Amino acid sequence: MSMINRRFRLFDHTADLGVEFFGPTREELYVCAALAVVALITHADCVSPDQEKHFSVEGADETDLFVNFLREVLYLINGERFLPKTVAINACDAYRLTAILHGEHINTQKHLINKEIKAVTYHKAAVEKTEQGWKGRIIFDV
Amino acid sequence: MERLDEFRWLIPRHGEMRVPGIIYSSEHLLQSMGRDESPKQVANVAHLPGIVKYSLAMPDMHWGYGFPIGGVAAFDVEEGIISPGGVGYDINCGCRLMTTHLTFPEIRDRIKDLVIALFQQVPSGVGSTGSIKLKQKESRKVLTDGARWAINHGYGSPEDLDHTEEGGMLAGADPDKVSPRAIERGRAQLGTLGSGNHFLEIEVVEEIFDPAAARSYGLEKGQIVIMLHSGSRGLGHQVCDDYLTGMVKHIGELDIELPDRQLACAYLKTPRGQNYLAAMACAANYAWANRQVLMHWVRKSFEETLNMSPKALGMRLLYDVSHNIAKIETLPVDGKDRTLCVHRKGATRALPAGHPLVPVAYRNIGQPVLIPGDMGSGSYILTGTDKALEETFGSSCHGAGRVMSRAQATKSSRGRSITKDLADKGVVVMASGRGTLAEEIPEAYKNLDWVVDVVHRAGIAKKVARLRALGCIKG
Repeated sequence: MSMINRRFRLFDHTADLGVEFFGPTREELYVCAALAVVALITHADCVSPDQEKHFSVEGADETDLFVNFLREVLYLINGERFLPKTVAINACDAYRLTAILHGEHINTQKHLINKEIKAVTYHKAAVEKTEQGWKGRIIFDV
Repeated sequence: MERLDEFRWLIPRHGEMRVPGIIYSSEHLLQSMGRDESPKQVANVAHLPGIVKYSLAMPDMHWGYGFPIGGVAAFDVEEGIISPGGVGYDINCGCRLMTTHLTFPEIRDRIKDLVIALFQQVPSGVGSTGSIKLKQKESRKVLTDGARWAINHGYGSPEDLDHTEEGGMLAGADPDKVSPRAIERGRAQLGTLGSGNHFLEIEVVEEIFDPAAARSYGLEKGQIVIMLHSGSRGLGHQVCDDYLTGMVKHIGELDIELPDRQLACAYLKTPRGQNYLAAMACAANYAWANRQVLMHWVRKSFEETLNMSPKALGMRLLYDVSHNIAKIETLPVDGKDRTLCVHRKGATRALPAGHPLVPVAYRNIGQPVLIPGDMGSGSYILTGTDKALEETFGSSCHGAGRVMSRAQATKSSRGRSITKDLADKGVVVMASGRGTLAEEIPEAYKNLDWVVDVVHRAGIAKKVARLRALGCIKG
């Protein structure tokens, strides 16, 4: 949890939720972003990695891929009611990736849901490689 | 920005803008907005093909994604576009106001009981599911029939449809254009309030500004009314997400440079544009069915808690109106009627007296415009005007509008009991999570009185009554 906390930070947006994510590699940026979304929604400590899900996504460029990846993660949470605990990224380049997630279905007795994240927007979305590693930026509709 | 008159600011055409932008506001409200980027978003919308006359923003305007919240833009149906971002994720988020025969003195001591009953009967909160589980075939009927589906299944009476925008059923809805993911997400959420800024509020008519209009709307000072704010839940979010992604993918086909990907759109005449319109109509209909079912739970809660018959309670739908939608409407432009695709993203339709789409009972007054405030500060009922039809494509504001980000609001509410603060003001609040309460503190919003004052004095809606909050359920 503390590890994740250091790897994302919120920035102000009037109506919605702006988040910047960081990772030493592209893969770790994606892992950080997925787990940060879970941490914003619930206490990730309470999630068990009992079940496996996987998906592949594509994008027209780095930013589009990042948005599409987070859309897929959010669909798992909001649509399939599945909370990821761990995320592994395979076969990742600027245009496509495969993700393998372990987690469990939402159990309202066990998982306190703090916040609803409705959607990933493209507004000011960005992915860039910096001297320190990789940085992603997303405004979520909440 | 150039000031046009007391309440209008002009963003002149520059760069690739096809039309100018016009913002309805006051000096006071504009100053309160700080670094908010919504004026830039008003200008961005003016880049879109087929936009007619101007890109507009209402006084509750604030920074959204793509379109500003409080934005209104109309597009030519032949040459123009439709944009999922110009509607928003919560398709047909809107308000529904119910009146009762009750007066405040009669139920002064029962507010808390009513709030508890509503909290128990009306599913609210993140990902809340209701007692209705739709089978596949029924899901499709909800999407095509909207509030009519709910009436046919015992959730209200046919008269309710006369007092709902579009009769609670937007034409052209085609469930085949809605993804299986969206339909699946909608199956268990019908009749649920949701989270965030969605709410259910018991209010009392505190002040009447226009006695004739109030009489026509069936409002009296001291009367108990209920304001409901909800939308199309996960189904609507998914429809927006699906189509926005598809349009971003084919953005190259538009042959224009978009200043923001979130403005991704499709020409209305193309299959992609038509498919979105048909899917959006499905989500809009789901939202109308949702609010119709929610009204039913509210009525039941009141009847059971107060041990009253439906007749004695007299719960009646005053009006239901959307504030996140795109619709094909016939509107006057420079004195001539034109068929346009009007996007209202955080804006309320506000038709004047005599307009054929105003319910017969209100035709000599104008369409009721429902403006909820922030938590605990009550609401306004206004009426549509000729000036709105002339200047703003028959539109007005939709609420107070945020000034504080959710993070700032949460920070500034630390160490406070928001429930107690509101109780001190005479408002009983119950919420599914403290997170929502903290994000929705009154200071996070513009002053509702100022916002409504601008639309009233600018003439794009006229004040009828102000409502004071007594009890509130938050998701």
